Amino acid sequence: MSASSPVSLTRRSGAPASFTPTHLHPEVLDRARKLIALYPEPRSALIPLCHLAQGQDGWLTPEAMIDIAGLVGVTPSEVLGTASFYDMFHLEPVGKYVVSLCTNIACLLRGALELLEHAEDSLGVKSGGTTEDQLITLEEAECLAGCDRAPCVQVNSRYVEATTPETFDHLVADLRAGRRSAEIPAHGTLIRVQRTVGLAADRDEIARQRAAMAEAEARRAATDGTAS
Amino acid sequence: MTTMAVPRIVSARVHHDDSHTLDRYLATRGYEGLKKALAMTPEAVAREVDEANLLGRGGAGFPAGRKWSMMRKNPTTYLVINGDESEPATFKDHLLVENDPHQIIEGAVIAAYALQVSQIFIYLRGEFALGLERLQSALNEAYAYGAVGHDIFSSGFSIDVVVHPGAGAYVCGEETALLESLEGKRGFPRIKPPNFPAAVGIYGEPTIVNNVETLSNVPWIILNGGAAFAALGEGSSTGTRLFALAGRVRNPGVYELEMVKNTFSDLINDPALGGGLFPGRELKAFIPGGVSAPWFFPEHLDLPLGQEQVDAAGSMLGSGSVVVMDDQTCVVRASWRITRFFHRESCGQCTPCREGSGWLEKILERIEIGQGRREDLDLLLDACDNISPGLTWPPQQTTICVLGPSIPSSITSAISRFRDDFLAHITLGRCPHV
Repeated sequence: MSASSPVSLTRRSGAPASFTPTHLHPEVLDRARKLIALYPEPRSALIPLCHLAQGQDGWLTPEAMIDIAGLVGVTPSEVLGTASFYDMFHLEPVGKYVVSLCTNIACLLRGALELLEHAEDSLGVKSGGTTEDQLITLEEAECLAGCDRAPCVQVNSRYVEATTPETFDHLVADLRAGRRSAEIPAHGTLIRVQRTVGLAADRDEIARQRAAMAEAEARRAATDGTAS
Repeated sequence: MTTMAVPRIVSARVHHDDSHTLDRYLATRGYEGLKKALAMTPEAVAREVDEANLLGRGGAGFPAGRKWSMMRKNPTTYLVINGDESEPATFKDHLLVENDPHQIIEGAVIAAYALQVSQIFIYLRGEFALGLERLQSALNEAYAYGAVGHDIFSSGFSIDVVVHPGAGAYVCGEETALLESLEGKRGFPRIKPPNFPAAVGIYGEPTIVNNVETLSNVPWIILNGGAAFAALGEGSSTGTRLFALAGRVRNPGVYELEMVKNTFSDLINDPALGGGLFPGRELKAFIPGGVSAPWFFPEHLDLPLGQEQVDAAGSMLGSGSVVVMDDQTCVVRASWRITRFFHRESCGQCTPCREGSGWLEKILERIEIGQGRREDLDLLLDACDNISPGLTWPPQQTTICVLGPSIPSSITSAISRFRDDFLAHITLGRCPHV
């Protein structure tokens, strides 16, 4: 938590019409509002918004959670309550690159614990730790659904080739030298996901059509009932 | 025995480098199933899927057609696609999301038409960064092409699709936890029965939740007919299925095979598939359907890859992931790691799962590092019994969802078959494998 955070996380906001976000950048806010518009209820956008905020700051800051709370109409503590359930949200600062190494069964059977040991030794941090230069956070992950390339490694949720100590060292050298910055963007799984359209089908029109159909069906059922 | 030549249904395009693009999709009969479906009545579309007897490919194996028929009539209804694939060693949906996203969209829109829902959400696990990009790009293309959105192909039918990222939680693959997550909450599974999602789903409205692979079959079923799908496979296991093979085999990967017509031995040993074990190694055990499933052993190799057959043998085909363990595998370590996974992923609502998984993990860990006691084996089984009384299969449930009763599977399998391996750890005071 940054030292200059004056606002309590338990502040009640409840999306007042006058709510003015103070932390999220204008382009992030613009994306956030477009995302919220895709859902019947604003709160559904809470997790996508946390991804956006994490993409902006590198971790999920209290200031961002306050903005998100105001945008979707819940309290900041409710945002924290949801975000803290999910592994991908970092509630404390992490390195620019989060290296996730899976040690679950399929990877375990292919030397994942040995690779993790190598990673911890060569980076000089334990699982969950961040290197001194704040560049790399090492994480022992659960199954990442990449079992055909076991042991499976992701950097910022991008699959990378690092199944042996040699290829792992190569990856780290690349990250340190900035050679992977085009391939592996900053945090935020949504950073390169751009929806080009809003909702195209008129929701009220759909609801009217469905209601009319249900009514007609009920009428038919009632008629059948009287006939039999 | 060699594997049978079968039509590839869901993985027909994935070998193309550009399989995720609209161009490739349209060049390979893409969106023809949707056009055909829109010319039919919604009921007729649903009938085809029902006739195909398409079993859900997410884990529970419930017939999709029957699930659809259970949706409560309501003005507002939803379709949610479950792409939270997190069962350890399962990576088949990963392949479909990254390499054939249009097929998922087409299957979803056809299903939405059959069900006449108001909106579609595709929930993908957040770690699929590339998958999210590919699926969103495909969706943008599909909107521009007129296959999604307002008045699709001038049929009068309109539907919106929203791609939604998860954020890393295994339990969100459970459909009610997924709906909670989609509502912006912690992924706590809901109590059911009585209210299954088909009656009370997202926002309290009726919701159908289908797996990515399940819906990827739908365009083919509409194009070729439910009967053609049902003609593949045998009994209630119809069509083809993606099997994710992992662990101690030469060629781990995802393979599409006709249901029932091949055996586990074919999948593991066929040169065109798993390619067998590493030289000089022998099979010790394998998991037939994700880590929630009880283990199988060499005598089960000739069992056909079919839902009924695997059920009858005391396990499940589950999520279609097969994990191979050979004679170098330490089963204590394997069951410890699987149990640690469940402990980390338990949502914490139910005491037997939240506490039990932690106790089991600690006991297994001390056995693995050589500090176990002889009575630990009974203690393990006793704790398992508290989570799932009787240790039967299918398991008894003391918890809101099936995550809890899945925990004992690896432990009881390993202890009942490899008791000596556990005792060796205890008497030697270390793991014999390191």
